[in-house]
Amino acid sequence: MIQRIRSFPIGTTIITAIVIACLPAFVIRYMYGLGAISNLSDGRPWGLWISFDLYCGVALAAGGFTLAAVVYIFGREKYHPVARPAILTAFLGYQLVILALLVDLGQPWYIWHAIIYWNWHSPLFEVAICVMTYTAVLALEFSPAIFERLHWNVPLRIIRAIQIPLVIAGVVLSTLHQSSLGSMLLMMPTNLSPLWYTPILPLLFLTSAIAVGPAMVIFESTISSRVFGHRIGQDVMAGIGRAIPYILGIYLLLKLVDLTARGNMGLVFTEYPLNLLWWAEIIIGVVAPIVLFSLPSVRQSSRKLFWSAVLVIVGLVLNRFDVSMIALAPRPGTIYFPSLMEFAISIGLVADALLVIILAHRLLPIAENHASAEGQELAQGQEAT
Amino acid sequence: MSKGVLYDANKCIGCRACQVACKQWNQLPAEATTNTGTLENPPKLSASTFTKIHFTEAEDNGKFQFVFTKLQCMHCEHPACATACPVAALQKTKEGPVIYDDNRCFGCRYCQVACPFGIPNFEWDKPMPWIRKCTFCADRLGGGLEPACVKTCPTGALEFGERDDLIVIAKERIAASPDKYVDHIYGEKEVGGLSWLYLSPVPFEELGFPTLGTEPVTVNAERAMGAVPPVLVAVAAIMTGVYLVIQRRQKMSQTKENDKNKVEVTK
Ligand code: SF4
Ligand code: SF4
Repeated sequence: MIQRIRSFPIGTTIITAIVIACLPAFVIRYMYGLGAISNLSDGRPWGLWISFDLYCGVALAAGGFTLAAVVYIFGREKYHPVARPAILTAFLGYQLVILALLVDLGQPWYIWHAIIYWNWHSPLFEVAICVMTYTAVLALEFSPAIFERLHWNVPLRIIRAIQIPLVIAGVVLSTLHQSSLGSMLLMMPTNLSPLWYTPILPLLFLTSAIAVGPAMVIFESTISSRVFGHRIGQDVMAGIGRAIPYILGIYLLLKLVDLTARGNMGLVFTEYPLNLLWWAEIIIGVVAPIVLFSLPSVRQSSRKLFWSAVLVIVGLVLNRFDVSMIALAPRPGTIYFPSLMEFAISIGLVADALLVIILAHRLLPIAENHASAEGQELAQGQEAT
Repeated sequence: MSKGVLYDANKCIGCRACQVACKQWNQLPAEATTNTGTLENPPKLSASTFTKIHFTEAEDNGKFQFVFTKLQCMHCEHPACATACPVAALQKTKEGPVIYDDNRCFGCRYCQVACPFGIPNFEWDKPMPWIRKCTFCADRLGGGLEPACVKTCPTGALEFGERDDLIVIAKERIAASPDKYVDHIYGEKEVGGLSWLYLSPVPFEELGFPTLGTEPVTVNAERAMGAVPPVLVAVAAIMTGVYLVIQRRQKMSQTKENDKNKVEVTK
């Protein structure tokens, strides 16, 4: 335990170094424009930052609203220990999105224009509003950890009192903008491959986000229990894992029915080479996890559970890259591969988020919360019996 | 009534006076380009080139010839760029032009991704970049003038007028010489109609025009956005309902347990 904590600062140093290393990119951007640091062009105006930081970032933050709903709305107290870390990662995920947008936007200092100039028809308007409000909601949802630490009882009591409305607001906002990221692509019927383009894209986006939420929770909790040394009961993890096949099952069904209904099922065999990506997505991210999470032997092993969760995450990342970049035709004659600095900024932002997670785990009652929650649960259990 | 321009590829001689006039009126700098092996220059539209003549080497009636097309914003009747723009910086005016307001734009570039013709361009080399595209000379139109390119065209290949009148003229031209034109006015129906209309001696696919349906590209997105308010209400209601039901159930099972305990104690 002690060794773990000692050895940790090395990792922190590396992460800090990455964050500092990508600062020059920002300077160059604000002197010579976006073209100087990225391979983006008029032919491919959206690249790695949108596909990874926005599309994957938002989806991978879905653990926050799914877990909050399970614990606070569906009353499954058992999962309370993982709810707070999930909300923290979601909060950071959204900050990552906002930071990435500040790099990607041409005029980031006007980002607030979305609040005063409304275009109700624009899916991106909806995304912008939801991301802003949901980040605020997540901050409030997470704030008890800070108030507990500071022993500020009055704000703590206020937050506790509005906790349920907050969680409901979080679920509503998440539903809306997870799906509206899909609606954004509806605008490109001529450019997005028919293997992916469908009017139900918003629904598919929502379902896959709900499926990846629990997978992300398994992923983070396994890592953070290794790194920070606090245990989370295997039954909690197994319980989360058990839900995944159902959600992925619905997702798979929606996808297949939709392709058949639009008469595009044949494309999965003929649309070479894009169909390979489609198959990879379905096999790695959907079919394999459905099988794996259904096996009791997988659910009993935290290692197998972890790797099955990784499959879901890889499948989702692949899907978001497909729809927002690879299967979305650029203007004729454009080839795009992200530049070194685009990668550096994306990696730097993730490192930045990791740094905050590490600090939070050190300074705030995130781990302790497990103990107290388990204590509460025990107490409740005793009450009940 | 909304204005439009009819471009007739059979009348265009590829002199590119329109390109120059556009640069002059909009005060756009020249671009440094290299020889790419065609007479076409610059190679692409950009933030400093709003319009250009595109050269196609085509076979027409068994003999080789150049067919020219003028590229610029189509000023769609249902512009994808305007629906996409989150801050409504791009808007379709009832006079015809799709105009851009750089006091609103924050540079997200969704308009670039959404436009089916790949028209809006971005100032990639500027620290404070804007979107730039053909304005249909909205400023000139407001003063009762025709667009700079139309004004300068020496052959009448560009014709400015009411869009509806132009469609009638185009149909007449096709009817008068069906051997010289393909029977297709590009822009009459494409993605719900364009303010700029095209006549050509060869099929438009050969000229590099995208083959588009008659349905505006915005319909699915607009439908999805229309579903937002009901979804919002429904999700909020369902979540509240579930919460209340589960709370009640938990309370009931708790009181039951308590009753049991009490009974046991009294026993
Ligand atoms: S051509 Fe493109 S930029 Fe021009 S109005 Fe249509 S969608 Fe907008
Ligand atoms: S780049 Fe500007 S004009 Fe284009 S969609 Fe974004 S805010 Fe609107």
